[in-house]
Amino acid sequence: MTTSFLQTVLAIVHKDVRAELRSRELVGSMALFALLSILIFSFALELNRIAREEAVGGILWVTVAFASILGLNRSLAMERDQGNLDAMLLAPISRAAIFCGKLVGNLVFALVVGLLLLPLMTLLYNRPVLQPWLLAALLLGALGFSTVGTLLATMTVQTRARETLLPIVMLPVALPVLLSAVRLTTSVLAGGAQEDWLSWLQILAVVDVIYLVLCFVLFEHVIEE
Amino acid sequence: MPQPSNLTSSSIIETRSLVKAFGLLPALRKLDLSIAKGEFVALLGPNGSGKSTLLRLLAGLSKPTSGTLTIGGWELPREAAAVRAQIGLVSHRPLLYETLTARENLRFFGRLYALPANTRETRITEGLERVGLAKRGDDLVRTYSRGMQQRLSIARTLLHDPHVLLLDEPYTGLDQDASLTLDGLLTEAHRDGHTVVMATHEMDRAVRLADRTLILARGSLVHDAPTAGMDALALAAIYTDITGMASAR
Repeated sequence: MTTSFLQTVLAIVHKDVRAELRSRELVGSMALFALLSILIFSFALELNRIAREEAVGGILWVTVAFASILGLNRSLAMERDQGNLDAMLLAPISRAAIFCGKLVGNLVFALVVGLLLLPLMTLLYNRPVLQPWLLAALLLGALGFSTVGTLLATMTVQTRARETLLPIVMLPVALPVLLSAVRLTTSVLAGGAQEDWLSWLQILAVVDVIYLVLCFVLFEHVIEE
Repeated sequence: MPQPSNLTSSSIIETRSLVKAFGLLPALRKLDLSIAKGEFVALLGPNGSGKSTLLRLLAGLSKPTSGTLTIGGWELPREAAAVRAQIGLVSHRPLLYETLTARENLRFFGRLYALPANTRETRITEGLERVGLAKRGDDLVRTYSRGMQQRLSIARTLLHDPHVLLLDEPYTGLDQDASLTLDGLLTEAHRDGHTVVMATHEMDRAVRLADRTLILARGSLVHDAPTAGMDALALAAIYTDITGMASAR
């Protein structure tokens, strides 16, 4: 008897969310890191109001990127340290479903942190960060980071230097996501015409699709012995 | 217990010229092995002899470099999904989530094995009773002792009623009471018709629990004999003679 793809994904997401609600280790550390980052950026750019307002997009995405890396490391370490990834691999379920389950869990945690950040940045940087198109950018950007990050964290978590290795490996690969998300956010905040930033939204969506397909295909090879 | 539907012989596990290499380093060399349905086999050998590698291959967690491997008539890795449904693995690591309760852990794994909700809940309750954890089922696994975690690991492994139980040094870190409890659980599983393959360093336990002992050395099968009429001392002497190493009795 094999479990359907959707049932497997839901079971893994449900398990990850339940474990997180109980321990609050992952979102807690991600949120604290994100809060400290935007505060430090805010203080560092305090004297230059224009620079601060122009840098909002970059600050948002650098913070989301590093907070995501922190969360991804912990999320996959939870599976590796007790051998739980092996326990999942023993079950008659699709490897792609395991990847998708972990990806959705990581995406949920990244979005929670992102959604906490937006109102805080509105207050600290005096920019209307909380708006529908930026929520779409957050969703697509976090999806890109989580997709690449789930695959790469599955690889790096097996090494001793996983905390330092993941950002070194992930940031160059996730650069297209970071660049298009920053451009999109900056253009929307600058109040430009829709045609000015719509192309960045489309690029971000296309990059996400490419990464999703690649990572789904590669995951089985990454976890194989 | 129902038998695997794809079986054409009395052997549930068959390997032919099975080779596993990590890069240029061979971990298993042309292993030919046949294990009958319901048999309890103890796998002995020094560290690095290939015991864990063999168990990981049998569990479908690792792919052979060459040779064939069938479980229940299904070939690995081609028919891995069918094989996975009929095996359970107990490792020296508990393979459990510490931030979940015992019941939540079993529920999660039950969902992965597509057990219907009613059956799942019944088996969880029965499993927890079987391993003596019924009263602690709603406690977090991180509050469990090593022995309790290993008992829960057995309950997790038996949840989907696998035909083959693979055990990789399951007694590691257990005290005497926990070891005796685990002995009882394995004897019961064997009596119920499960095929058991257990990697261990303990000669006493191998002779007492198993029907047959295998000794691996440098990736090759160097001894294969029934335990009937054999005592731990005789087995230890054979082990030392073959491997050149003292055994843990």
